[in-house]
Amino acid sequence: MTPTCRAARTLSRTPPNPYGKDALVATSVRATSDGSPPSSRPAPSTSRRGDPGAPGGWRTRLYRFDTKASPYAYIAPFFLVFAAFGLFPLIYTGWLSLHNVQLGESGSGSWVGFDNYTNLWDNQFFWKALRNTFTLGVISTVPQLLMALGLAHLLNFKLRGRGFFRVAILAPYATSIAAAALVFVQLFNPDYGMINQLLGHFGVDGIRWDSSKWPAQIAISSIVTWRWTGYNALIYLAAMQAVPADLYEAAALDGASRWRQFISVTIPSIRPTIFFTIIVSTIGATQLFGEPLIYGGGVGPTGGTDHQYQTLSLYMYDKGWQVGQLGQASAVAWVMLLILLLIGAVQLLFVRSNRRKLGG
Amino acid sequence: MAQLTEPVRSSGARHSSAAPRRARRRLRVGGAGKQQNGGPIAYAFLIIATLVSLFPLYWTVVAASHTDTDIVTPPTPLLPGSHLIDNLKIVWDQVDMTTALINSTIVAGTVAFSTVLFATLAGFAFAKLEFRGRNALLTVVVATMTVPPQLTVIPLYQIITKAGWVGHLQSVILPSLVAAFGVFFMRQFLAEALPIELVEAARVDGAHSLRIIWHVVFPIARPAMAVLGMLVFVQSWNDFFWPFIALSQQNPTVQVALAGVGAGNHSIDHAVVVCAALVSTLPLLLVFAVLGRQIVSGITAGAVKS
Repeated sequence: MTPTCRAARTLSRTPPNPYGKDALVATSVRATSDGSPPSSRPAPSTSRRGDPGAPGGWRTRLYRFDTKASPYAYIAPFFLVFAAFGLFPLIYTGWLSLHNVQLGESGSGSWVGFDNYTNLWDNQFFWKALRNTFTLGVISTVPQLLMALGLAHLLNFKLRGRGFFRVAILAPYATSIAAAALVFVQLFNPDYGMINQLLGHFGVDGIRWDSSKWPAQIAISSIVTWRWTGYNALIYLAAMQAVPADLYEAAALDGASRWRQFISVTIPSIRPTIFFTIIVSTIGATQLFGEPLIYGGGVGPTGGTDHQYQTLSLYMYDKGWQVGQLGQASAVAWVMLLILLLIGAVQLLFVRSNRRKLGG
Repeated sequence: MAQLTEPVRSSGARHSSAAPRRARRRLRVGGAGKQQNGGPIAYAFLIIATLVSLFPLYWTVVAASHTDTDIVTPPTPLLPGSHLIDNLKIVWDQVDMTTALINSTIVAGTVAFSTVLFATLAGFAFAKLEFRGRNALLTVVVATMTVPPQLTVIPLYQIITKAGWVGHLQSVILPSLVAAFGVFFMRQFLAEALPIELVEAARVDGAHSLRIIWHVVFPIARPAMAVLGMLVFVQSWNDFFWPFIALSQQNPTVQVALAGVGAGNHSIDHAVVVCAALVSTLPLLLVFAVLGRQIVSGITAGAVKS
């Protein structure tokens, strides 16, 4: 009992926040003066008063077990799910990438070393997919985030009906990838689609949105941009509303125009949020799958007849579930992991150098 | 402040619960944000953005109510037609939309419920309880948000093959029972909304931690739980990559069924395809029309502290 007691005492002394401890003591005193029965008294204070009675003993232990173990119990479901369906598969994918595994096999097949990776290196479609993932990523995130910034800036004005505007620009977020892609395929149809009809009025005729590389990639990135611009705009808006008003007042006193205020006050103030959205969007862009798949319609996961918009994600699905080479597909997955780590490192460096520039 | 709240409150008893919330939001905006009046240019751009956002949705309704011939012969129709019912019948003939809708409801409902439950527990622990390794574990939670599904699907597929779950709903439910986004969302909310004194007072009164969860944490977390539930439901309903791999056209979710409709042969009925897209989106758009403002405020609330 004594060691437990001492532990309880040190525990009650350890909280780094003295305010919290004071509050606890104050309430417990009030509780006693209310004349509440001793059994409802807090267990730690019981032991502090050197009253290790038999019922208090197991209560104390139970209480201490409760406070010590329950946090872990509460976070356990997340970590269990992540361990089983996230971490383990992530690592096991790396193991599979060194093997020859066929679709339908449940084991890891035969060891082939780095053959899967060298095969990728020699495969022109892999490089094509890598390039496409990069270009699609750039043209679907950069305009999207810039437009979102502009929209957030406009929504931050005092406006009539701004509640309506906010819901309206978020509406595409409620549409699924599949539904949006199916509708955009119709809009971008080279023969009868509305976009070519509209462009026809301006003298631009017959853009092949399906077979030419850049038009197809632009069409696909427009699906991504359409679905996510409003969402990001709302995130920026929330950050903008947290910018202290005196910053703007000071800037206005210095004679800064609205545009100048936007550039020199708003943007620097919400920089952390901008970084956050850049990271989230780049991660999203590296895993583009549904948009190019459904945009291709009947052609399946090759991403166009000439692989002109096949992403790494589609390439992985193609290798794994069409060709049936899960080992090869695993190698593609780990290349994606490598790319994500690289992007993360670059962004981290960028954040660091930015911070240093600001002198923080 | 009183001037602001007065008209809201007098507009009817039905709004009385919304009034303080609205007033608070205005107060915060007025105190912190920039409150310049928007000029005509701001309105012009916002109206354009609204049109671009809503037009594809509107045109979905238009195309879904025309025939294939109407759509493929320019000029493309811009007003709703009269073939909606016919197209709906064909959609139901081609794919088992009823099963797909039920499946999506089961999956998204289960995932939303369990995510909200587990994320609230974990978020509470990370926000208000002290335990060894808390900060490190929270960093792990945030880091897991960057792991895309592509990196895990191959072993997952092997697992569900071995378990005989291919084509069954548990294969898409189990991996998404709780996600890092939800944990982080609830942590951010509870860190601010739940006074530590309340937890400690309950503990002093002898409440064990499950009682504290039930009587203190859940009541305070309820608005955030509702928003998180909606966000997760939308996300899960629209989830595509893993369900597309794990499920088949025999027992699909709505998205998988849609991909089947869209990826058919070339002599496809475009009006029917768009009609199927409409059916898949309509439930969410209805939710959105009713609860759009809450979803908007949920997204912005979760973002502020990031």
